[in-house]
Parts: sequence; structure tokens; C-alpha cells
Amino acid sequence: MSANVLIRRGRLIDPRNRVNGVRDVLIRDGKVAEVSERPLPAPGPGGEWTPIDASGLWVLPGFIDLHVHLREPGEEGKETVLTGSRAAVAGGFTGVVAMPNTRPPNDSPLVTRFVLDRAREAGLCRVYPAGTISKGLEGKELSEMGLLVEAGCVCFTDDGRPVMSAGLMRRALQYSSRFEVPVSVHAEDLTLSASGCATEGERATRLGLGPIPASAEAAMVARDLVLAEEVGTRLHVAHVSCEASVRLIREAKRRGVRVTAEATPHHLTLTDEAIDGYDTHAKMSPPLRSERDVQAVRQGLADGTIDAVATDHAPHGILDKQCEFDRAANGVVGLETALPLALALVRAGVLTPERLAAVLSFGPAEAFRLPGGHLGVGAPGDVSLVDPEAEWRVDPGRFLSKGRNTPIEGRVVKGRVERTLVGGRVVYEAGAIR
Amino acid sequence: MSSQRHFLGIEGMVRADLEALLSRAREHKRSIEAGFRKTPLAGRVVANLFFEDSTRTRSSFEIAAKMLGAEVLNWSTRGSSVSKGETLLDTVRNIEAMGPLAIVIRHTSSGAPALCARHVRCAVVNAGDGMHEHPSQALLDALTLMEKLGGLDGRKVAIVGDVLHSRVARSNLHCLIKLGAQVVLCGPPTLMPSGIEALGARVTYDLTAALEGADAVMLLRIQLERQGESMFPSAREYARSYGLDAARAARLEEGAVVMHPGPINRGVELAPDVADGPKSVILYQVTNGVAVRMAILEACA
Repeated sequence: MSANVLIRRGRLIDPRNRVNGVRDVLIRDGKVAEVSERPLPAPGPGGEWTPIDASGLWVLPGFIDLHVHLREPGEEGKETVLTGSRAAVAGGFTGVVAMPNTRPPNDSPLVTRFVLDRAREAGLCRVYPAGTISKGLEGKELSEMGLLVEAGCVCFTDDGRPVMSAGLMRRALQYSSRFEVPVSVHAEDLTLSASGCATEGERATRLGLGPIPASAEAAMVARDLVLAEEVGTRLHVAHVSCEASVRLIREAKRRGVRVTAEATPHHLTLTDEAIDGYDTHAKMSPPLRSERDVQAVRQGLADGTIDAVATDHAPHGILDKQCEFDRAANGVVGLETALPLALALVRAGVLTPERLAAVLSFGPAEAFRLPGGHLGVGAPGDVSLVDPEAEWRVDPGRFLSKGRNTPIEGRVVKGRVERTLVGGRVVYEAGAIR
Repeated sequence: MSSQRHFLGIEGMVRADLEALLSRAREHKRSIEAGFRKTPLAGRVVANLFFEDSTRTRSSFEIAAKMLGAEVLNWSTRGSSVSKGETLLDTVRNIEAMGPLAIVIRHTSSGAPALCARHVRCAVVNAGDGMHEHPSQALLDALTLMEKLGGLDGRKVAIVGDVLHSRVARSNLHCLIKLGAQVVLCGPPTLMPSGIEALGARVTYDLTAALEGADAVMLLRIQLERQGESMFPSAREYARSYGLDAARAARLEEGAVVMHPGPINRGVELAPDVADGPKSVILYQVTNGVAVRMAILEACA
């Protein structure tokens, strides 16, 4: 993936290198070679190079999504590594962490290598496989963590399911500490969420849906923070959705616990109001919460308690959603709508542009120690070029993902990814994969 | 011809809609008592789709449809295409293709009738969906209360029991409040849904307080299998705390009535002598069910 590109006159927002202003960015052999306030001349003769006029655009370090379901192997009808990669780069993501709850799950190096092979064939974004915490996602025995790391896994998670056994969770944290690879938790106490499918409160009561209290998440976050603090391992809390979890993580960070956290665009944007009329597209795990929770998660993202916006991109087939609410699948696609939803937080005064760039890129890169996350000299030439003012209507029919399941269909949003570069190569441009 | 009208829940209706249906139900009741029979739905078909077992409600809808001259298709999930994995929408679309006037649906999932209504053109009638609503029950209860109490404005109705899982409680709450009554909900805290006060009810965990000044008491069926989920410790303790026994019934206001949507756990939520006693209007509710469902089905035409 080597290429020479000169990105001219865009507004570079690179929080790690404390840049927020018009710059020229030269990418040579896939890496950032020069960043200049003054216009750079075209690179010397001999090499191929592409000039990109970025005036009026934001030049952001390529987005990194810590939480994506690519569904392959096993559920290729919902998504594949290829279609998921297309959706990723269309959304400005240059790196994605692929969740291991596939069929079979990624609990063996064989599956890890398969996903990496598929990603190489797709040749679009960087795909980082996550391995399972437990064999077969069963929550009983540890997966072969060492072999998984060797094969290329960047974190461990049983995502979609919690690790109900505190004993196993503690062992997972202990054992994984030798790899410096975080354990990411889907925090949910199943004895509290029970058969529920909506946040406990007036709306669930009105609709007659089984209630899930916020404590189903927060009690598990508390447990895992206690364990991580005791063991001293890196813990990552996936899809933080409620005020109590934000508070617990904030306090833990203050004490020096090695914890990072992510929040999804939907939990930052929507309340459980979206499930009115039994809209299964708004059914997810954790469920959409109250306005108060949304505000708390936003605050956590702004103040650094939450490190990353991660989409929890979860494509499903039509039949998984066009059914009774309590039987519908959990999840929402997110890769292609994350940017405008995150940008709306800048407009709402929740995030500064610098913080936006950080939570989409530097924050996630740091959390999982992934390449990229900034555009300093020597960094990978992974770039998202964004027109922050462009308006468009969300039309799932035009998604590059196989998934169409979004509760924001038809919504007019502001902020569009114009180009995505991975390793200096333009992989997405003007609405099309290159 | 009126446009297609679904009957999905009391929540979305206004007082005038409820009163119009109740008034038609009263007319039907008078006609039945007088021995008149009009058959406005002659030649039409009403399809009963019961995805959850029910005898009372299904029979009541069936009799109501027949009284109006309609043919009735009774379709149950057992031994049907559902057991072969057919989706709800496929089932409903297939039934619709046979041309019924209305599809009456009972389903374990909240919102299932609303889902169907979005995908078919014929009328959909909710005969009880999950923990959401049981709107025809609320109307028959309202009709009963209006007849027995002379009206609902300013009346106090206590609903006692497993409110959390009860569609009857939710529909009755919406209906009674729209018709001007005050509603007190009572049951153990584990069986009281969060935020229900926002729907206009007062909540108490003390049965004596709930019954004070009540013009009517509705007991809800307690599902005994919930003991295993620790929703309450035992039927014995439940009966002691929340069962309406003779002593408690005796302290009710003069003229107050005792109701139950059935089937009753005799000796748990309701003592047998109270169920069969002078304050009980339980069988009267069942009678009114037919008239109310006639009004509902007729409105689908």
C-alpha cells in the first residue's frame, strides 16, 4: 500500500500533535513525510503522486473503530469482511476491530488468520481481529490467548455476551496481563437484564416490554473495575450506556485504574424514545437509555472518561428485525453514519473539533495500542477527509454494508466523508470504493 | 364506508372513541336481551389468530362475531404453519389474503398486533399482546363499572396484583383515567413496573390503603410460576398481603364491586367466598365482554 499523496490546504485536526489549522500533508511510501503550514511544492519527478485539493475540508487522522461485527465467518448473509471493509472506508474508518462472535467464533488462530486473509483480499481498511475470552464464547474456559495474540488478535472479548463468572473474568485479566492486550467487556449481568429488551422506566412500562435496569450494566462494570484494579490489567469497557457506568469509570480512572472505554454513536444520540411504535431498528444491547444517561455518556466522552466512539456496527438481515420486538435481533449498523452523528456533538457544543478527532482516532488507537491515530511525520498515511457542512439524507438502500438496520433512516445529517486514505492510498472517494 | 380501523390499544384512543364503543356495546346488549338479532357482518369473516392459549377471550370474540352474522375462522398455533417456522407476518398476510374483515390477534409479544397492522390492509384487533394491552378487556370492565356504579367520573378503582406483567392493568389504567376515574395500583414492589405513576396512577404497596374508599377492586391473576423467579416468596404470603379475603371485602364501601379478568386462582388473589359473593361482578364482566366485542368488530367494517 505505498503511494505518494499531497493533501493540500485542508484543515488538519491532529490532537496528538496539537495541530488545528490549514496544512499541507505529504504522504510518501504510505507514511506521513511532511506536514507544512506553507503550501508544499509537488514532490519531485520520478515517483507517481496524487495531489488532493482539501480546501474547505477537515483532514483527520483515519478513524479507528474498536467495535465492529463483520459476521464472517458464518453469517455472510449479514456482512462479510469485504462488505464491512467497504462500509468502514465509506464512513472514514481506516481501521476496525472485528468482534469474535462469528460462527465459529474467533477462539482459535485458524479463525484469526482466516479473518486477516479476508481482510488482505479486501485490501481496504486495516482489520484487527479480536479473540474471545472464553472457548466457544461459553464463559467456562479461557481461550488460547497466547496463540490468538500470536496470530494477530488485538484484544479479548466475549462481546454480545458477558462473562458471568467473576472467577473466569479474574483469570482472564490475570492471564492476559502478560500480552499487554486489553480485555474488552460487554458489561451485562444477565440475572438483572433477565428477559428484558428495553430500558427500565416509563417507556418500557407503557409498551409492556421486559425492563432492563441500568444496574445490569453498571453492576458488571463495577465488578470488572474491581477485578482489573486488583489484577492490574488493562480493561476496556465496551458500549458504555448509562450514567452509573460513566461515574464508576471516571472514579476508577482518577484512582489510576488502567481502564479505557468506548461509547456508540447511538447511545450518544438516541434515547429509548426511538423504540416507540416497537421500532426494532432501535433495539440493541445495551438498550437505548434515558435522556439523563445520554447526557452523562456525552459528558464522559467530552471529559475523557470515555476514550473512543465505537460503532458496535451490527448488521442484521431484514427478517431479524421485521418481527416481534422481543424476538428481534439486537443491533444497529453504524460505520456509515458515525461521522455525522459525532459531528452533531461538536455542533451541540459537547465536543471540540480536536476532541472529536481524538475520540474517533487517537483515543481508540491508544486504547488498543493500534497504529495510526495521528498524522505526525512517520505515522501511517491513514486519513479521513471530511466536509463538515455537507448535508445528506440517510438512505440505508445506499449503504455499502449489507446491513440496513438503522433507526435513523431518512434523517438529514450534516458531515460527509469525502475521501478515505489507507497507507496513502485513496480507497474511497466521491461516494465510491476505489 | 369508513376507512380501515384497527383496534390496537386504549392508549391511542380518546374519550369520545371509548364512549362511542361503550354506547354501541350497550345497544348490542339491549338487543340481545330483547331477542333482536341484527346481522351487519353477514357474509364477512372474522379470523381469530391466537398465538397464546386463551379460552375466554377467543370464545367471547367468536360469539360476538357470530351474533353479528359473521363467519369465524379459529386459527391456533398448535399444529399449524407456525410450528413449521413461519414468521408472524407471513402467517398474517396469508390469512389476510383469504379476505377476512378483521384479524383478531392474541400474542405473547408486546406490539405484535401493531406490527401486523402495519403490514395488512384488513382491520387488526388486539386481543391481548404480551404485557402491553388487552383493550377489549378494559372496555368490558368499563362497561361493567359504568353499569354497576352509574358512571366513572371521580370514582376510585383499585387494581391489585401483578401489575408488572399485566396487560389488563395497563389497558384498564389508560381506559379508566380517560373516563375520569382515579386509579390506585397495588402489589408487591417486585411486581410494580417502574415509572407507572407517569401514566397517571397512584401506587401503594399496602392493600388496606388501596382499598380505602375504593368503589371497585380489580384483582389481577397472579402467575404462580413467578414464585420461582422470586417475584414473591410464596402463594401463602401473597394471599396474606394482597389477597382479597372476606374480612377485607367486608370493609369495602357499600356498593363497591369486586372484579377479576379470570381465570382466578381461588384462594390466592381472591378468596372463593368473595369471588362468589354479593360484591362480585365477575360473571357480569364476562357477559359484557360479548357486547363490547360486538361493538369493536362492528367498528372494523
